[in-house]
Amino acid sequence: MSVDKDTVAHIAKLARLRMDPEKTEAMAGELSQILGWIEQLQEVDTEGVAPMTSVAQMKLPLREDEVTDGGYPDDVLRNAPESLQGFYVVPKVVE
Amino acid sequence: MTGELTRLTLAEARDALAKGDVTARELTEAHVSAMEAARDLNSFIVETPEKALETAEAADKRRANGEARPLEGLPLAIKDLFCTKDVQTTAGSRILGGFAPPYESTVTQKLWDDGALMLGKTNLDEFAMGSSNMTSYYGGVENPWKREGDNHKLVPGGSSGGSATAVAARLALGATGTDTGGSIRQPAAFTGITGMKPTYGRCSRWGIVAFASSLDQAGPMARSVRDCALLLRSMCGHDPKDSTSVDMPVPDFEAALTGDVRGLKVGIPKEYRVEGMSEEIDSLWQQGIDWLKAAGAEVRDISLPHTQYALPTYYIIAPAEASSNLARYDGVRYGQRGEGYDNLEQMYEATRGTGFGDEVKRRLLIGTYVLSAGYYDAYYNKARQVRSLIAQDFTKAYEEVDVILTPTAPSAAFAMGDKMDDPVAMYLNDVFTVPASLAGLPGISLPAGLSSDGLPLGLQLLGKPFDEETVLRSAGVLEEAAAFTAMPARLSE
Repeated sequence: MSVDKDTVAHIAKLARLRMDPEKTEAMAGELSQILGWIEQLQEVDTEGVAPMTSVAQMKLPLREDEVTDGGYPDDVLRNAPESLQGFYVVPKVVE
Repeated sequence: MTGELTRLTLAEARDALAKGDVTARELTEAHVSAMEAARDLNSFIVETPEKALETAEAADKRRANGEARPLEGLPLAIKDLFCTKDVQTTAGSRILGGFAPPYESTVTQKLWDDGALMLGKTNLDEFAMGSSNMTSYYGGVENPWKREGDNHKLVPGGSSGGSATAVAARLALGATGTDTGGSIRQPAAFTGITGMKPTYGRCSRWGIVAFASSLDQAGPMARSVRDCALLLRSMCGHDPKDSTSVDMPVPDFEAALTGDVRGLKVGIPKEYRVEGMSEEIDSLWQQGIDWLKAAGAEVRDISLPHTQYALPTYYIIAPAEASSNLARYDGVRYGQRGEGYDNLEQMYEATRGTGFGDEVKRRLLIGTYVLSAGYYDAYYNKARQVRSLIAQDFTKAYEEVDVILTPTAPSAAFAMGDKMDDPVAMYLNDVFTVPASLAGLPGISLPAGLSSDGLPLGLQLLGKPFDEETVLRSAGVLEEAAAFTAMPARLSE
């Protein structure tokens, strides 16, 4: 499987990565190389094999749905690039 | 005296503290000086000497009051992937620049609760993605070892390269690492130290910056098997904050080091004799087999038929999980925000486009691609099926044997800058470590010999799920037989 520049630009959009147009070409080559190498998995017979979902053979634990943590907005916000009056600040999304 | 103090093993330092031969303050001062004198190696991103010395004094007081805990006053280096309260935690990435978590990871908290103290945060491949430490935004780390008669700077391996160098260069008695596909074991082999990845679920992942959640495991890096056993005991344990953390008793791992492997069944997987593996790695492996036989173990040939598919499987699953985990770096809640945007979506793209390095971008793109519509079944589901087959290979093998012996890496440490233009060649470093990661199994790497040009080479032992004790016991026997005492060029000068 090889990917071209446009495919890279499309995946980069999905991943919300701004790509330097000059680098897109090189990245297409690298991704094609990696995907070509990964392609060998197609030769493995996996008919009827269940996909692995969990490494440890255990049931996910359940707990009561209740508040166990919180009440410190200043700690939560202190690493934000921009915050105001107890909120995160982002560019305007609603006109 | 300072030089001597940094050359103690963790267990020796513990015993010296208990006997009153040395104070935690002296021990910590010696390591702080060593850390400061070795800044050229670039193994630490952040140094925390004041906090270390303050904690050492408190440790000495505690000991005087008869309240010493198992790791009281022992200075450690912490991989900068573990969140440490109020101390910058970067994951080796520009995108987390300045991030000071308001909380402490479970594993580090457990170490502090047992009395250990932190010297600083160690360098790593960005988001633990790499096998050379060269992808760090904070620059590569230098291996304290050099080839004989050759002054080229070598990589310490990765991703826990800073921790490996800190331990190998005697800047810390031990360190934490994390291992997703070999990130503890491969750097341990490259730097001549011992590193262990426990079974998936042994150590809580809470507060460790996530890379691939179904693979990530924390583990110890130190200069002996005993030191790893000591650290591991403190790092493990059930944590309700991680739903994959197992609720099982934590054994006294040090007590497992009985030195007795008589009757132990050791498997030698034929598929690990890969094409192009150097002659000296092959003969070291044979040496390891002979050592275990001489100690009374039974050696058997086994087959792990899907071994060759482990790396491509890993390079679908790990990037897929990473593309989901790293979606959180959006420039809103923490870290750096990019520049040059007019709306929210552009803000995300600017932040992530400038905040992530090339290897991280490469993996996020691969992960996004294999999870995207039309490719999910062909790539991601296929990889999860092959992963089941790889795990079944081990399950079958463990019906016949107790542990598996392999080399840790297909080569010794390589030069800084090598393999940088060939991602697949770089990925092949992890050919012997990735299969056990996919199966969630415990593994240890220990130094077992030197290459012809004087670099350390490691052997790896893999165990059954949650049977770290047998892995440690076998490793202890190999360690004694190998009697590895060689020192990095930097320390023997």
